[in-house]
Amino acid sequence: MLKRTRIALASLFFIGITLLFLDISGALHTWLGWLAKIQFLPAVLALNVAVIAVLIVLTLVFGRIYCSVICPLGVFQDIVSRVHVKALRRRKNNRPFSYSPEKRLLRYLVWGLFVFAIFSGVHVFVSVLAPYSAYGRMVNSFLAPVCGWINNLLAAVSEHFGSYAFYEKEVWLKSLPTLIVAAATLVAIVMLAWKGGRTYCNTVCPVGTTLSFFSRFSLFRPVIDAEKCKNCRVCEHNCKASCIDIDNHEIDYSRCVDCFNCIDKCKFGALRYRFAYGRRDSATETAPETAPAGGADKGRRAFIATAATLTAAVAVNAQQKKTDGGFADVLDKEAPERKIPLTPFGSDGNDSFYRHCTACQLCVSACPNNVLRPSPDLDRFMQPEMSYEKGWCRPECVRCSEVCPSGAIRRISKEEKTRIGIGTAQVDRSLCVVETKDVKCGNCARHCPSGAILMVPKDPSDPDSRMIPSVMENLCTGCGACENLCPSRPISAIRVNGKKVHTVTE
Amino acid sequence: MNRRDFLKAAGAGALAAGAAAIGCSPQKESAGAPQGKGEMPVRTNPNNGDKVSLLGYGCMRWPMIKDEQGRSVIDQETVNALVDRAMADGVNYYDTSPAYLLGQSEKAAGIALSRYPRNSYYIATKLSNFGDISEKASLQMYRDSFGTMGTDYFDYYLLHSIGRGGLDLFNKRYVDNGVMDFLEKERESGRIRQLGFSFHGNQGAFDDFMKLHDKYHWDFVQIQMNYIDWTHADGVNNVNAQYLYEELCKRNIPITIMEPLQGGRLANVPSNIAAQLKAREPDKSVASWAFRFVGTHPGVLTVLSGMTGMEPLEDNLDTFRHFDPLDEEELEFLEQMATLMMEYPMVNCNDCNYCMPCPWGIDIPGIFRHYNRSISDGTFAQNSGQKNYDRLRKAYLVSYDRAIPTVRQADHCIGCEECMLHCPQSIAIPKELQRINEYVERLKQNTL
Repeated sequence: MLKRTRIALASLFFIGITLLFLDISGALHTWLGWLAKIQFLPAVLALNVAVIAVLIVLTLVFGRIYCSVICPLGVFQDIVSRVHVKALRRRKNNRPFSYSPEKRLLRYLVWGLFVFAIFSGVHVFVSVLAPYSAYGRMVNSFLAPVCGWINNLLAAVSEHFGSYAFYEKEVWLKSLPTLIVAAATLVAIVMLAWKGGRTYCNTVCPVGTTLSFFSRFSLFRPVIDAEKCKNCRVCEHNCKASCIDIDNHEIDYSRCVDCFNCIDKCKFGALRYRFAYGRRDSATETAPETAPAGGADKGRRAFIATAATLTAAVAVNAQQKKTDGGFADVLDKEAPERKIPLTPFGSDGNDSFYRHCTACQLCVSACPNNVLRPSPDLDRFMQPEMSYEKGWCRPECVRCSEVCPSGAIRRISKEEKTRIGIGTAQVDRSLCVVETKDVKCGNCARHCPSGAILMVPKDPSDPDSRMIPSVMENLCTGCGACENLCPSRPISAIRVNGKKVHTVTE
Repeated sequence: MNRRDFLKAAGAGALAAGAAAIGCSPQKESAGAPQGKGEMPVRTNPNNGDKVSLLGYGCMRWPMIKDEQGRSVIDQETVNALVDRAMADGVNYYDTSPAYLLGQSEKAAGIALSRYPRNSYYIATKLSNFGDISEKASLQMYRDSFGTMGTDYFDYYLLHSIGRGGLDLFNKRYVDNGVMDFLEKERESGRIRQLGFSFHGNQGAFDDFMKLHDKYHWDFVQIQMNYIDWTHADGVNNVNAQYLYEELCKRNIPITIMEPLQGGRLANVPSNIAAQLKAREPDKSVASWAFRFVGTHPGVLTVLSGMTGMEPLEDNLDTFRHFDPLDEEELEFLEQMATLMMEYPMVNCNDCNYCMPCPWGIDIPGIFRHYNRSISDGTFAQNSGQKNYDRLRKAYLVSYDRAIPTVRQADHCIGCEECMLHCPQSIAIPKELQRINEYVERLKQNTL
């Protein structure tokens, strides 16, 4: 019964949170957004005291229920390990797991480093190990594109029938290094879970370790009744956490994730989940073994997807037009060098954003304008940044601020958004088509939602000379309409640099 | 001929504004019986006795497909099938240009037609010297057309799209470089059987070209005529077709008609107008009205239709095989419909693609097509108070993205105005694109 309840709840949480990453309509977030906000690490970084308190109390009372039900990476490991267990059973092997002592040194070492990383701002370490973020990254990197393709297939079908129920969404590689890290994480997690069940949770996972401090003293826990126990070891061999020491009839509650498999398996009723305060912890000394951590930091600039350098002419020369019809080639845009990276409206600034962000990719998957993508830069590896090659940060959208679970992006309204400055546009006249092609343009000024671009004569002494853009810095919000719609390709003649601290005008 | 038909013919004759007196009288047509298969009406060119089918084939809208390299090429197999179908029903006038369809139209028409005896069809092509207007390049273009089409004479040869830029541009393109003298000699030699021009422009320019009739003797003139342009041209950049038609009739110059459907827009009229057309002729297509309007005028030698597929071809063949001229009351009714249609904010684009390729990659005709269609379909989101506004808003935005890749949408137009040099309709293209983009922005921001 307990096990079934656990599986039912875990399925709900797991499916819900996965859908959150796959939802392209933005509608699900209204109903399921809280699933991301009750994740432990995002709540810590968001200083969401209520959530942290509830989770700690939950653990103190019931043990590490969080790891079995709420954490999507935990449930994912359960699924992997279940597949393995079933496979073994088919081969008449009923002993998938066996007891191993706690690897306390490794656990605390990783935990210590993790806490140090949070405070010292080594985000890579935090982002790679954080369980919810690691799961988000995998879904965003592997499952989301598949769903995108399925959506596009449905869009093609619905287009055929003149329906607007599905519409095409571009599926694109947002960051190769992040994809590689996600792949490494996936391989590592699957391998660990396949062989050892919850090895990751009980050796590496910093959230697991944190919760273990409390679960050691939990009020309710599975307890072995030594009188009834026949030492058949079925419970031990079915414990994903390898934490049942049947020789001593003891359970390591720092590692037990309350999956209740042991209770379900025990034919003699020797295991019960009950109130049992005051048990002594019985972990034995162990020599630390090095377990392969999920996803080593391979983020090198060498991995950055180098855009193919196209030498094709940007525009068909009008003078050569001889025939009618056809299209001029449009080169893909390339991201310009930005002095300071762009972080979303509502993130209050660079430092604040990168301090709070766990790189879970929820905002990246939610961004409908293809603006957000994981950064390839080492100092904020996999944490999102903005760029305007495929779209710009449109005024009617505040989606990222609605989904962010860690408080890195504060919730803002559309009206608030117009008053925030996240960056400033800067014109590069050597690229501007008014200079290079001697044509009339002004597309940046025409599309600036805040009217921050003024067209002025390029020769100040000649009012009839062609008009070139000039940015009024105080009005510019950094939304990137100008950069995205600039006809200069592949590099725009107007680019937006981020602001270390975002400005707010009253 | 029953009484009704007689009245119709008489009405049409009367409508031609006393044309009979100056030589534009109704011609004898071997019009088919109203029942049965019917027969293609044939009109006689008074200059040389050419028996031209009233429905002519415009080769500016052949179907395009992608080849292995992803380039747009004409679907020759379908073109052959279309030409076979048209020839079988007596369509014998084929109008092309070296500029059409990325320069592939002449070749495709030539391939399809060369499977028939050369004297079973008339070829019309053009001197489309829009880019390089030097004598050398112009004559080269003329000579190339022979090889491309596989013929040693042209039945009808046109100075392509004159009028915009007035006499000045005409002189530059054809007179100063000696091309006009050359073409007149070609006409004498018989390599050009009929020499004329196609016209887009205002009344002043047209009057100038009519004055040149004594000098050059225009064998025929191609004009844009349909029940909208008849009396609803803007009067500034373009002149009413009625004026053109009557001036040409006065001089007894045969008239060929382009854009009888305004680039297909008169086949996709707003739904309340379509409903009125259907109420009168439930079994006839909306497009048939436009063809009947043009064909009713006796000074018309042939009506060109750029039929991309088999369905419009069949529909047009059906309209012409059972050709039923409009009577005066029906003409009056169509004029009412035209007046009604002018109230819709559609863009006056005929999808001729002369503006393309836009140097900045914008799909100009595609954006206009999508916008116009949304209006004529009645799926145009007008304001947030409208019934079904949310659905219409989504439909417009989704279908816009489906129709036009984002990098080719209106917001990328920089307003360089290069396209305006080429638009025969003199549409203020950048202004219209910006107007459409502002509409799209308001839909996106939901501030309509």
